[in-house]
Amino acid sequence: MGYLEGFAVTFNKLLEERVTGEYKAKGEGEKREKPERFHGRHVLNRYEDGMEKCIGCELCAGVCPARCIYVRGADNQPENPVSPGERFGYVYEINYLRCIHCDLCVEACPTQAITESKLFEFSFTNRQDAIYTKDELVVGDDGMPQKLPWEDWREGDDKLTSGWMRATSPGGSVAYQNTVAWSGELGYGVRPAEKGQADDESPKAMIAAGNDHDADAHDATSGGH
Amino acid sequence: MILAQQQYLNEFDWTSLDPVFLIVKVIIVFAMLLISVMLMVWFERKVVSDMQNRIGPNVAGPWGMLQTLADGIKLFFKEDLTPDGADKRVFKLAPYLSLIPAFLMFAVVPIGGNFRGESNGAVEIFGQTTFLQLVDPQMGILLFLAMSGLGIYGVMLAGWSSGSKYPLLGAVRASAQMVSYEAALGLSLAAVLLSSGSLRTSEIVASQVDGRFGIGGWNVFSLGFIPFVVFLIAGTAELNRPPFDLVEAEQELVGGFHTEYSSLRFSLFFLAEFMNVVTMAAIIVTLFFGGPDGPVFTDTLGFVWPILWFFLKVVVFLFIFVWFRATLPRLRYDQLMDLGWKVLIPFSLGWFLLLAAIRVGQNEGWSLFIVIPVGIAVMGMGSMLLMAAVRNARTQRADADFVEEFG
Repeated sequence: MGYLEGFAVTFNKLLEERVTGEYKAKGEGEKREKPERFHGRHVLNRYEDGMEKCIGCELCAGVCPARCIYVRGADNQPENPVSPGERFGYVYEINYLRCIHCDLCVEACPTQAITESKLFEFSFTNRQDAIYTKDELVVGDDGMPQKLPWEDWREGDDKLTSGWMRATSPGGSVAYQNTVAWSGELGYGVRPAEKGQADDESPKAMIAAGNDHDADAHDATSGGH
Repeated sequence: MILAQQQYLNEFDWTSLDPVFLIVKVIIVFAMLLISVMLMVWFERKVVSDMQNRIGPNVAGPWGMLQTLADGIKLFFKEDLTPDGADKRVFKLAPYLSLIPAFLMFAVVPIGGNFRGESNGAVEIFGQTTFLQLVDPQMGILLFLAMSGLGIYGVMLAGWSSGSKYPLLGAVRASAQMVSYEAALGLSLAAVLLSSGSLRTSEIVASQVDGRFGIGGWNVFSLGFIPFVVFLIAGTAELNRPPFDLVEAEQELVGGFHTEYSSLRFSLFFLAEFMNVVTMAAIIVTLFFGGPDGPVFTDTLGFVWPILWFFLKVVVFLFIFVWFRATLPRLRYDQLMDLGWKVLIPFSLGWFLLLAAIRVGQNEGWSLFIVIPVGIAVMGMGSMLLMAAVRNARTQRADADFVEEFG
């Protein structure tokens, strides 16, 4: 009797161990580690000298399938530039009621200015609060994302987020062509190379990895001209 | 036993009951029903999650027991929507049409009382001699059938008055399903009535108490398992519970008949649905498992002991309903109709006739060794005829389709 076997299956499940765990709210203990390439809340990265990476090109807004990003660029003042390029992101807003965390904005960004952290537990009680502005998105002076009071940051949520693996340099400079390596990750340095990538020792990789940010900045500047 | 019960009830001085005491009784039953619904929802969610290797609700109250209360409070504060295309008056009436019968149904269920001794199910509480059931009318179990029939109106009118297609489809399914399964339900019930000789629920219980091993008289054993199995299946269908929940098939009909309902009105449907589950379990226990009767009785706990038996049996059936849900996938509509009309109704009708034949045989003094084989042979012939008729109809229909298509 095929029908009755099914009843035995469900009954035996009663005695088995549970595969799900307790939900650990903020301050209630450890959570399961998140996958390496988890897509969470965005951060707007900066170079080591504090300059913003965003050049206000609006490619992220253009590629966004959910239309959740709003960017307005503005010209940098030469004596007091915000970003190393000609222009910078003057307004940068992401509406998290619309964002689907597809990471297309991250892929579109020519300067690796926008990346995603692993944080996904943040809630708001009105629609206005769901719109993150530049004030909340830009990383702090230490290169770490801002940990806002309503967000549930766990250890490692900000790791392995801003580093990027590229075959060419972000600025498109010919000098770094065919060098597959990680770019620098703010706050954490450069990730160890994976199989098939140039390791940290090679100077070419070091440059391509973005540790030498002047090169990057220079690329960005020249790219803008 | 049953005669004693009948005599006792007829001679019982109903005017001796204190009206205040009656009102207290009504309130207690009402409150108990509400609490049992609350716990049933929690129980269902917890057992289903256990069967799916999950934890289930565990935040509100101990083991999440107050989760239903939290959900109810949330629903209470939600916006109440009435669709533009709805027939507003009927739309607002429908939830009550399904809730009130659900409440009334439980009134006839005896939840306690020792039917074995001289007390005939009556108990002494606070100096009052009373029965542990709200009312014990002569029509008894018919009230249950009538109320479950009325409950269909709530579902049907809800679907129709929403002015929207999915609820309408749900309502059409509901009426067809409930009407066809009511027949099987009634026929298996008839087998019980044949042995009890009375519609009164207390007498149905009283007719089951004297048997071998203390439980041999229970209808589930004394009638053969068929009426019980048919009643359980038809009852599940009547409740619109999985695997017969076509009425609110989420994947096809959004929410079925209550798609357009929100807030408090939705919670009334929800309440009625789970109240019906509790009541159906109680009715099954009453009809087939001797109600508050149990194999072991002691006087130490007084009137609590039968209530414990009753409660235990009801919980077992609630578990079975949940088990059904966790195990069986939903039937297709034609499978549902096939099961109802071609299996359950003929089976319960045939079994009913067999039981009747045995009864007649006993009265006339015929040998049971002849009556039972002849009865089974007749049943077998009947079922073969039925199957032949079904097959014939199917081939004729196929032929007609063929002619229509290829001429």
